[in-house]
Amino acid sequence: MDIFLQQLVNGLTLGSIYALVALGYTMVYGILGLINFAHGEVVMIGALVALAVMKLLAASGLPLPLIFLIALIVAAMACMVLGFSIERIAYRPLRNAPRLAPLITAIGVSIVLQQLAMMIWGRSYHAVPSLLPAESYEVLGAQITQLQLIILLVAALTMTGLILLVNRTRLGRAMRATAENPAIAGLMGVDANRIIAMTFMIGSALGALAGVLVSANYGIAHYNMGFMLGLKAFTAAVLGGIGNLGGAMLGGVLLGVIEALGAGYIGDLTGGVLGSHYQDVFAFFVLIVVLVFRPSGLMGEKVSERA
Amino acid sequence: MTSLRTKPHLGLALIALALALLPFVVSATLGNAWLRILDFALIYIMLALGLNIVVGFAGLLDLGYIAFYAVGAYLYALLASPHFGLHWPVWAILPLGALVAGVFGVLLGAPTLRLRGDYLAIVTLGFGEIVRIFMNNLNAPINITNGPKGIARIDPITIAGHPLSKSLDVFGFTVPGLALYYYLFLVLAILIIVVGIRLQDSRIGRAWVAIREDEIAAKACGIDTRNVKLLAFAMGASFGGVAGGLFAGFQEFVSPESFGLMESVMVLCMVVLGGMGHIPGVILGGLLLAVLPEAFRHGAAPLQQALFGKTLIDPENLRMLLFGLALILVMLYKPAGLWPEPRHRAELKKS
Repeated sequence: MDIFLQQLVNGLTLGSIYALVALGYTMVYGILGLINFAHGEVVMIGALVALAVMKLLAASGLPLPLIFLIALIVAAMACMVLGFSIERIAYRPLRNAPRLAPLITAIGVSIVLQQLAMMIWGRSYHAVPSLLPAESYEVLGAQITQLQLIILLVAALTMTGLILLVNRTRLGRAMRATAENPAIAGLMGVDANRIIAMTFMIGSALGALAGVLVSANYGIAHYNMGFMLGLKAFTAAVLGGIGNLGGAMLGGVLLGVIEALGAGYIGDLTGGVLGSHYQDVFAFFVLIVVLVFRPSGLMGEKVSERA
Repeated sequence: MTSLRTKPHLGLALIALALALLPFVVSATLGNAWLRILDFALIYIMLALGLNIVVGFAGLLDLGYIAFYAVGAYLYALLASPHFGLHWPVWAILPLGALVAGVFGVLLGAPTLRLRGDYLAIVTLGFGEIVRIFMNNLNAPINITNGPKGIARIDPITIAGHPLSKSLDVFGFTVPGLALYYYLFLVLAILIIVVGIRLQDSRIGRAWVAIREDEIAAKACGIDTRNVKLLAFAMGASFGGVAGGLFAGFQEFVSPESFGLMESVMVLCMVVLGGMGHIPGVILGGLLLAVLPEAFRHGAAPLQQALFGKTLIDPENLRMLLFGLALILVMLYKPAGLWPEPRHRAELKKS
């Protein structure tokens, strides 16, 4: 029981980070029908920029949580600029091109960002200073650290904010309208280009947040961290039903929990034949099974394929 | 030129002569490293042509294609290396590799082909990762793949008792091993090209294109879309399996590292960059993407020396950076690929 609860806590923490990244994928997909392959790299840049700010301010004597907050804001802003530029340079000119063309530019952007990060920050793993309190509480036999609580709290608040933004504000309505039908939304006076740019910026800010949280959680950051995280988050988005905000959150949390429980129990279940390094297999296997039985994801609507 | 047009055989003979002499010209002018790159380019072209069946003809986005390449490569490695003490001949392994990879293609395709577009993409991607993770970890409890260390000392491809890794004397004229591999790969690549062209013009090929353009209409026309899509998956996979076997024999070493998602993406880039569904375009794409990064690698350091007097950026770094930029620029200016299919071009113009 202890192991179960412990893995559940770890899974929820990881899952809420997946969910934040998955939101970036799903928002862009909902509006453009495009897999933003470079999103994982945006997350990575967010984490590394935040780390650089933390190092810069380390000697300033400011209180640690304040430094953390400043680093987070700077990273989010950097990533918003980055997301905006990516959309402007690599996706907008190709909006009416064959479907796979923007996928290739996305891959190109991803490679370029990774190489730039490698040039700036080098190939090594960077230790992330622990600015947040690390004391842990014991709840029903499971250890939960303050950091994990903060991650859960921040993720929950951000997602609530996003849901309110999308459902209750003018901008949110414009976003939903554009996702539904860009042409008609345009006739109703929505500036689709502006909405798409905003979507990219919001998604990138969420990505930056996720990057900061994940590097704080593991205590390391490096140029290659965005790749697998992005892959998992995209898997989560598809699992929940891509294009659906609630689905991305559900998918992310579910994937995190499945992975953590899978990694915790797979050894016992298979009598030690399969070890915890099969954790990733678990995630993808669940994805394939879910899609075979529910081809449009857990919360995806049944939509006819757009030709 | 008019004489070549009226005598197509002469043109073909000239191309054949050029292709036959190419390895000697390359190794004499650029060195053996480039001859090796040329051999790899041919393997990549075969892979790209295989993926072209799935993505280009049938319009099914497959992001885990490298898994079939891996299956072919590991099959060769297991059946012709000291790892299990087996030393099967190459003509037994390659068809078996094609068959096993094809079966894997059907295994993946059967449950997933109901999915369309990007869902299929992510499932194939997941499948590719699963295969790689298994290769990485199947060294315990029974050592099958030797884990991350990979399988070494694989037998070189041997034809008529002569291992292609050794040079061959023909009438007192020495043909280096790399050139022998070149000829073998060239013959197989041409075979795959011919098969591809014949497929394209066949009933099945037209059914694939019909599905790509409009699946519902294709179904209404009486095409068994499920089986035809499965066939595309199996065919593409078996091409990948053959290319994988050749890779293992050529490299004499395989490890899971060679079969990551980046490799799948690379092959997909070859297909899309060259011109999806257009065989000459795909060949061009394969050649360019196999050669360009190497050219950047070899050219980057001397060029920086000449310009700035020192190496500012690590060549490996610069190579990938330029590669990424090239992908972006080509797609921005040529969204249908460098050498698109005329039919596609017509459609683009019309709309």
